[in-house]
Amino acid sequence: MSLLALDRLTVRRGPCPVVDDVSFTIRAGEVVGLIGPNGAGKTTLMRACLGLIPAEGRVAITGRPLAELAPAERARIVAYLPQEREIAWPITVEALVALGRHPHRRPGARLSAADRAAVETALEMAEVSAFRTRPATELSGGERARVLMARALAQEAPLLLADEPVAGLDPAHALDLMETLGHLGAEGKAVLVSLHDLTLAARHCTRLVLLRAGRLLAEGPPEAVLSPATLAAAYGVSAFHAADARGPIVVPTGRIRP
Amino acid sequence: MTPQRLVLPLLGAVTLALFAASLLLGPAGAPAGRSLAALLTGDNPALALVMREIRLPRALLGLGIGAALGLAGAALQGYLRNPLAEPGLLGVSAAAALGAVLAFYTGLAALLPLALPLMALGGAFAATLLVVGLAGVAGGALTLILAGVAVSSLAGALTSLVLNLSPNPFAASEIMFWLLGSLADRSWMHVALAGPFILAGMGLLLLLARDLEALTLGEDAARSLGIPLGRTRALALGGTAAAVGAGVAVAGAIGFVGLVVPHLLRPVVGHSPSRLLPAAALGGASFLLAADVAARLIAPERDLKLGVLTALVGAPFFLRLVWTTRRRLA
Amino acid sequence: MRRIVAILTAAFLAGSMPGPAGTMAAADAAGSGGGAEPPSANAGTGADRRPARVVSTNLCTDLLALLLAEPGQLVSVSHVVHDPVASPLHQMAGAIPENHGAAEEIHLLAPDLVLAGEWDDPVPLAMLESLGIRVERFAIERDFDDARANIRRVAALLGVPERGEAAVAELDAGLADEAPPWHERPVAVVLGAGSWTSGAGTLTDAVLAAAGFRNLAAERGISGMGRLSLEELLLAQPDLIIVGDTYGTPALAEERLRHPAARGLGRTRRVAMPDNLWTCGTPLLAEAVAMLRAEARALATERANLAGRGGR
Repeated sequence: MSLLALDRLTVRRGPCPVVDDVSFTIRAGEVVGLIGPNGAGKTTLMRACLGLIPAEGRVAITGRPLAELAPAERARIVAYLPQEREIAWPITVEALVALGRHPHRRPGARLSAADRAAVETALEMAEVSAFRTRPATELSGGERARVLMARALAQEAPLLLADEPVAGLDPAHALDLMETLGHLGAEGKAVLVSLHDLTLAARHCTRLVLLRAGRLLAEGPPEAVLSPATLAAAYGVSAFHAADARGPIVVPTGRIRP
Repeated sequence: MTPQRLVLPLLGAVTLALFAASLLLGPAGAPAGRSLAALLTGDNPALALVMREIRLPRALLGLGIGAALGLAGAALQGYLRNPLAEPGLLGVSAAAALGAVLAFYTGLAALLPLALPLMALGGAFAATLLVVGLAGVAGGALTLILAGVAVSSLAGALTSLVLNLSPNPFAASEIMFWLLGSLADRSWMHVALAGPFILAGMGLLLLLARDLEALTLGEDAARSLGIPLGRTRALALGGTAAAVGAGVAVAGAIGFVGLVVPHLLRPVVGHSPSRLLPAAALGGASFLLAADVAARLIAPERDLKLGVLTALVGAPFFLRLVWTTRRRLA
Repeated sequence: MRRIVAILTAAFLAGSMPGPAGTMAAADAAGSGGGAEPPSANAGTGADRRPARVVSTNLCTDLLALLLAEPGQLVSVSHVVHDPVASPLHQMAGAIPENHGAAEEIHLLAPDLVLAGEWDDPVPLAMLESLGIRVERFAIERDFDDARANIRRVAALLGVPERGEAAVAELDAGLADEAPPWHERPVAVVLGAGSWTSGAGTLTDAVLAAAGFRNLAAERGISGMGRLSLEELLLAQPDLIIVGDTYGTPALAEERLRHPAARGLGRTRRVAMPDNLWTCGTPLLAEAVAMLRAEARALATERANLAGRGGR
């Protein structure tokens, strides 16, 4: 089932469009990696998918137009993990993860048993149960990233949009987080994740979407999208390609200047 | 979590005790038992008049305005995600004060008893409209703060101008003393005027509980959780304008309550923005009632102004905050 | 008030000849340092030592100068004295131009004497002194003795000491009236705009005492200007409420009395008084005393009637 369908999505801010005529679809079970140079429009695209900014073209969530969905309903279907890891107040990790249950709770109601179960599962999946009572602002960068991921997981939404969730994480935690996303795909959910690490993208995503200057440059299986020609065109880099039992290895090694 | 469950009942008890103190203490110097009897049964007509027409409205205003200030401070700090925010930041207090000062200057305050509070309320709402207009529909927290500072500065400058141009030194000193804030000699008329706005404003602000919790994650994440931020902004600004504007209209400019009380109570409620709201309301009521009692006990013949007392408490509070922050960061 | 002005005008007409030389020199010597009687000093020059161009920058010195100066001696008065509410002599001050206390405008008037109040802005006054102009500062009068001293000092400075004595005599005559006709002195309170009241150590207090009243504010421990809460007023139940109207309509002063609780004072006798009569230490104080004595007599009559009817 198509969870997210973009049809000619365009976002204008000034003379040049930031996202230009992008169309693709994400189905249940897919982990789609959104890659491209800085300023390619990845974050803008995600925000447009949520309706956070005005856009032209069509966005459909589970087949229904975005505009038709009430905010609360949309929040039950799409979870968003923004790039800015803002936590305004030093509430406990547990309380912060519980914020993900907002779309499922009635105003003024206490946490139900289902809510608490979802929070527990999310804490375990993100491996942050150990510090559930610590103030969320007193965590290291990696811990904070995982706690915020737990919040998004607690939403139990079929579609997750994650904007650079592995930025700043050490290799172990980065691998853990990508594996968590893989599990979501295996459970039948769908994930759109933007990232810069090409090897992680190649090994953990079922499909890649490559943006450059707002336009969709390439789409498809990782091996196809991460070909030397595409890398040169999109990033202006040459790379070392290899593979092991688990998947491809792509390491950028040099700059190609036109 | 058990100690946290005691917070609201405890604050409620303190507020009640201070309300009683505000009722029973005053320049008349009558013993508590007689005052209470006079209030309830009406015997001893002079004392009953004092209790029913002077003390009771004054205590109610202290309770209501204090609660409004505390709640608005907590709501704004939660909405703007800034622990230094306070009701005056959005220009509401300064504009309300300007409205009142204009009522003095034009002489309307002398002609119509309700002219002053009504013009103050008008100022508060005008400021809110101006802030929203300046910040724009899509303006985030920073834009709002900037717009609020601009409107505050403008209102402050115009108030100074009115003071400068006042026709006689008496009018100038009248305005100045009014601006310092006081609940002396307020009557049921003031309660009737400010009460509905304070209650309505506080009602709007209490609806923000869920929104403020979600805003802990930032505006984008909150919107992704289904929070309609347009409605959040309307509640925050509208509620503040009504509740705080009415308070200033009746009692003058009383600062620091909306800043200090949420700060003090935030650790007690686990830093949760939603749990802070009712706690800050009770805390603000207690703070203002205590200040009003102190104003009557410390130097009754000198007529200490409420705003002076709250500022005298608030400034050392800030010094302490700077000190502990320094030690923590060092 | 017209009685006093008439007598002083007669004095002026009668005494328009320059006084004896000794008085003139004494007036000169008595200039700096203030005080009561001009001390006797060596014989001076002559009538031309009288200051010819006097400027006053303060309401109270305005009033005294208006009452005591020779025609043409006073060349400028403060703008306050033209205000019909603040000044009891605004008509008399009519033609004399006004100043706002600024150094430049006063200097351009080429005065040889400036009369100022102790609370006037000190900066322009200091500047005038540095330009060689003589500035005399007058303290606020707190009782009748202060008033007498300031009257005499202004008169001495203006070179008309005999007019000063006449004014003091007029004041004393007004004060030395018959004793009030009651056993227990009634309690009065003065309510000015913005709930200000005058406590002990003010001219108002002295006037109340001279008229035979006790001052509620003084008895509640207020000295100088202060504020009485409505509660205290209600519980004290004064015999007379005097509503003043300095710098505003009586409406401002009466605002407190519009408080719903003030109906507890509904039956208290009230009188509105132009308190410009007792703002300054002038012979006009006797007018205020006379008005209040009339109130006291009316109160006594009321009481007598009540006692006669119902017994106490």
